[in-house]
Amino acid sequence: MVQTAPVETERPSADEDVTPEVPWIVIVWNDPINLMSYVVYVFQKLFGYPRPKAERLMLDVHHRGKAVVSSGAKERCELDVSRLHAHGLWATLQKDR
Amino acid sequence: MTLRPRVRRAKGGFDLRISSPELEVLRSLPGQLRALLADGDPAGDPALGRLYPSAYLDDPGAAREFDRLTRDELTEQRLANLDTMERTLDARRVNEEELAAWLASINDLRLVLGVRLAVTEESEPQDFEADEVAEASYALYVYLSGLAEEIVETLSGP
Repeated sequence: MVQTAPVETERPSADEDVTPEVPWIVIVWNDPINLMSYVVYVFQKLFGYPRPKAERLMLDVHHRGKAVVSSGAKERCELDVSRLHAHGLWATLQKDR
Repeated sequence: MTLRPRVRRAKGGFDLRISSPELEVLRSLPGQLRALLADGDPAGDPALGRLYPSAYLDDPGAAREFDRLTRDELTEQRLANLDTMERTLDARRVNEEELAAWLASINDLRLVLGVRLAVTEESEPQDFEADEVAEASYALYVYLSGLAEEIVETLSGP
């Protein structure tokens, strides 16, 4: 199953849902294989981020070794991680603290 | 270098202009990745490990549970992408979903080759010259990287 277009243009803000007690974050880690342009493409496609934001996140991954690409409830973050894995990115989730 | 674009946005989809020798190379790949996905050793093969990374750095139990819940669906997605690429290899025109499946499959193949070759961001062709098999694998890796780049540019472009 391949999603071909961003399914949403903007993530719902956390306060629209029940505010999670401890927010979770999704981290994408640098790797030497994924192309920089591909990583930008994946961030735009999966999260609906505008290109400048996707590029900034990619550069953070590239230069700092990692970047937080999304946050929210645990289940949401797990879904994001599995979608990132499906696209070959190295992603993890953890509590934001 | 390819002067003529191999992938171009067109009305109602994307035009593909991929040469026969390239198609023969591409045709040989889905079967190899399918075999790895079906028969590879998830614990012992770092290339498979790269396709199914740990979702939790500091919690092996949670990582195992996540893997248990997601691995089959991830594999199904990979196989569906390979099927789509294989089915449309000779097509002159594909839709966006099909081209995205090509890209996903090509990237999976790059990940496997890259891990096997232990490529770094500084890798050069001469690093692999000493070993004929590695040299050929690296050439394939570079080829797939160029094609992936072109597909990304086309999908991201106007």
